[in-house]
Amino acid sequence: MGAGHAHPLHLQRESPVHRLAPEVKIVAVLLFTIIVVITPRTEFWAFGGYLVLLAAVAIAARVPATWLAKRATIELPFVLLAVTLPFFGHGERVTWLGLSLSVDGLHGAWNIFAKGTLGVLASLLLAATTTMRDLILGLDRLRCPTVFTQIATFMLRYLDVLADDARRMRVARLARGYDPRFLWQVKAFAVSVGALFLRAYERGERVYLAMVARGYQGRLPRRADDRAPTAQWVAAASLPVATAGIALAAALG
Amino acid sequence: MDTTAMHIANGIVNGPVSAIFAVFAVVALAFCVRQARADLDDRLAPMAGLVAAFIFAVQMLNFQVLPGVSGHLLGGTLAVILVGPWVGALCVSTVLIVQCLLFADGGLTALGLNITNMALLGTAAGYVLVVALLRLLPKTPAGLGTTALIASIISVVVASQGFVLEYALGGTTELSLPWISGTMAGVHVLIGIGEGVIAATTVATVARVRPDLVYALRRFRKPVNVEVGAAA
Repeated sequence: MGAGHAHPLHLQRESPVHRLAPEVKIVAVLLFTIIVVITPRTEFWAFGGYLVLLAAVAIAARVPATWLAKRATIELPFVLLAVTLPFFGHGERVTWLGLSLSVDGLHGAWNIFAKGTLGVLASLLLAATTTMRDLILGLDRLRCPTVFTQIATFMLRYLDVLADDARRMRVARLARGYDPRFLWQVKAFAVSVGALFLRAYERGERVYLAMVARGYQGRLPRRADDRAPTAQWVAAASLPVATAGIALAAALG
Repeated sequence: MDTTAMHIANGIVNGPVSAIFAVFAVVALAFCVRQARADLDDRLAPMAGLVAAFIFAVQMLNFQVLPGVSGHLLGGTLAVILVGPWVGALCVSTVLIVQCLLFADGGLTALGLNITNMALLGTAAGYVLVVALLRLLPKTPAGLGTTALIASIISVVVASQGFVLEYALGGTTELSLPWISGTMAGVHVLIGIGEGVIAATTVATVARVRPDLVYALRRFRKPVNVEVGAAA
């Protein structure tokens, strides 16, 4: 709990990207991803250009390449899907190293791999430079319905509560002579999952009522003049604008 | 191979189809927001947060279903039983949005697709089944647990077929549809059983200890005439 409300993908650094207002970053990443996805898959060098842009952002944000590469492995299941496409696809086939591969499948595999990787890297950069609290604040300022931000706020609080209560219950089991082994933990987990849920609820209910008693009305207090300055919007817009430039150049070239 | 080991990524389904489903998801969620406002009282607000956190946590449990195939739980049925269809759909969507933005899980442009499958199709199927099953089964913790188990299995399979529909409309490569459909359904029956067991134990425990928290049982609750004293 001492770590505040950071999340595992947040990278505490001092950089211009970290200082940008969250809503600005969310919009920039959203636009970037949309442009990447609508780029035709055969514009190979455009994807290279996008990668260079992300590398520039990563350098500005002082996020190490190895850190990004390690977290990008979340994409692996999809890459595995992509690898099988050339073998199962239909249509025209080419022979490569004695393997018969479908051209459509090869293009499809490249499509998934390129767009998936760029999307994951962009999201990772957003996550690395934005705390959870800031993200919710950003969504709130983007006029996201209060119901969403409210659920999200409680969800983030409860994640800590759940993890802590689960740990306490495990320590309590250990203290009573329970000897967990690899798979046999599942049974204890299954038996205690309902209890965990109730314990966490009652803990959180008290917190919620305490918040309501102190004037909470579904939204965390904010200052009146907390809109992101135009300079920040301009700075963040450079990513989607550059991306759109590359996409246009590729489409015309 | 299972494509929901993680949510749908960018580039699996083409742009126009993704956009159509994004619009569909936004419209459907806007409707849910309107409906949810009436539901979201002091008891449901923290419950919605907890359900979302719980779904977030269980979606991280990727379990190996077949060699090389893993899948995760969806949690729609659990949400429907505890917080109702409208808030439930919003809970699952919130989880998906946060996972997409902060954990890079699922593509940003595929968010509409993921929300349609897991938050809308999954919870809608779950809700219909829960309402229908509760007519037949006893309104006891055991009956509710059985309802959760059955509804989970079917709603997870329905959600997985949502992906098949989207892939049929805008898949970026040619793969045989019956094959995808069969693989997805087969894998998700197993996932559904896992999900059903977790949902059933959770819901049964909650129904036993705090039946006032179970949304699905609200309609069957007898109105209690509380005498409010003059001091209150």
